[in-house]
Amino acid sequence: MQRARLVVSASERVGPYTLVRLGRGPLEPGEPGQFFMLEAPGRVLPRPFSLCVAPEGELGFLVDPIGPGTRAIARLEAGDAIAVTGPLGRGYDLDVERPLLVGGGIGIAPLPYLSSRLGEPPAVLGFRTETHAEAAALVPNATVVIDPTLVTEALPADPGDVLACGPEPMLDALAALVPGAQLAHEAPMACGYGACYGCVVPRDDAYVRLCVEGPVLRAAA
Amino acid sequence: MSGVRILNASGCLDALVAPDVARSLDAFVTKTITPLPRGGNPPVRIAETESGMLNSIGLQGPGIDAFVESHLPRLVGLGTELWVSVGGFSAADFTLVCERLDGEDAVAVLELNLSCPNVDEAPETAAELVAAARAATRKPLFAKLSPAQWDVAASARAVVAAGADGLSLVNTIRGLALDASLRPRLARTVGGYSGPALRPIALACVHACAAAVEVPIVGMGGVRTGLDALELVAVGASSVALGTVLFADPEAPTRIRDELTAEASARGYANPLDAHAVAVVRSEKSLQIAQNGTA
Repeated sequence: MQRARLVVSASERVGPYTLVRLGRGPLEPGEPGQFFMLEAPGRVLPRPFSLCVAPEGELGFLVDPIGPGTRAIARLEAGDAIAVTGPLGRGYDLDVERPLLVGGGIGIAPLPYLSSRLGEPPAVLGFRTETHAEAAALVPNATVVIDPTLVTEALPADPGDVLACGPEPMLDALAALVPGAQLAHEAPMACGYGACYGCVVPRDDAYVRLCVEGPVLRAAA
Repeated sequence: MSGVRILNASGCLDALVAPDVARSLDAFVTKTITPLPRGGNPPVRIAETESGMLNSIGLQGPGIDAFVESHLPRLVGLGTELWVSVGGFSAADFTLVCERLDGEDAVAVLELNLSCPNVDEAPETAAELVAAARAATRKPLFAKLSPAQWDVAASARAVVAAGADGLSLVNTIRGLALDASLRPRLARTVGGYSGPALRPIALACVHACAAAVEVPIVGMGGVRTGLDALELVAVGASSVALGTVLFADPEAPTRIRDELTAEASARGYANPLDAHAVAVVRSEKSLQIAQNGTA
């Protein structure tokens, strides 16, 4: 487990989201879909974020400031330092023939790095509003739909190898349409390294820890 | 060696997933082991609040058979002293798990989880559960008590009289948090509250029990720094366990051990254990005033 204090190099607005860029320090970016625990200044627990962008020397995380922890992280300024642990968990299997990236809302967070690692394949992204959809600029070759249109309505007839991240209803719909799809889930998480058993999801009649078995899980075939 | 041992609080570390963190402790305490496998409570299981966190895990675990057959052999390989947390829903459950572990040489201590706030309580009293465990094993027994009782010292006396060799103080305390739409954030509504807010409560419980009984105490509750740990020692703990802080900082054991030594030294204690129970003073004068009814 790698852990370091990293310094914020930049923090920029992307629609309603904030892209927080940190100097990479000794940490590796890991595989797309893996995540990092970021210290949330003033809070008891860190917060999990999948890696969004990984330019040379940097790690970038897309933050939706919806609660006290995410707001504290979104307020960080260049020069601030926070403790970061990662990469953690299991990311996407990149051994795919015809990748199609699918993202919903803040769930597009892991897709820019995933896209760069897969040679910028096509993507379908869904957002609540035009403002949220400004984040689509982070993902190349994206088809964008806005509520009430759903990403499942914009999928090609033969979607190929789906790699997705988004709200659970979207992932459920994708799992029904595309058995075998790789789905990155999200859950409230205290530790990120298997200690707390907080982030479980039901899987084959048992609760599995998303931070150990996931966050990317295969849709049941 | 600081003299004060640093452990993890049960349920706050998986040594098989994070062996390096377990090796940084003086002893590793397992998640609570029950007679049968348990799936645990439905999610949402975690909610952070301003000064702590709620958990509603519900003793998810493999059960004693799978623990002995598949987990224990791998835990032995860590090379860290091993404590097993024992749980159940009746005295018979405690008897069964303690009997199974009695012959396991790798297990140094059994900690009896008498106070999980996330599952139904056993019908017996804490002392009856300790007595059942005592009859089932010769291993050292530490009784883990809840802070949610008016007179924790009375419980401490009762479990020690029933055969407990030590106390683990404290478990989480039941709490509840609501979301913006005024609905409980946890699926099971209430959970065990831990973190910084628990610390003064833990200090009061350890202080009360240290004055009441003469057994070793593992102090825990909201420790984030070496000074927090030293305060627990000052009220009567001889070991300190880390819980919520491990979630935020897997390197906390080493950091807190170093800070503990420095904080003790800064106060003139060459060894942190020299500060043991220095805050437990039963002054003649205050006793006298209390008896006269003027205070």
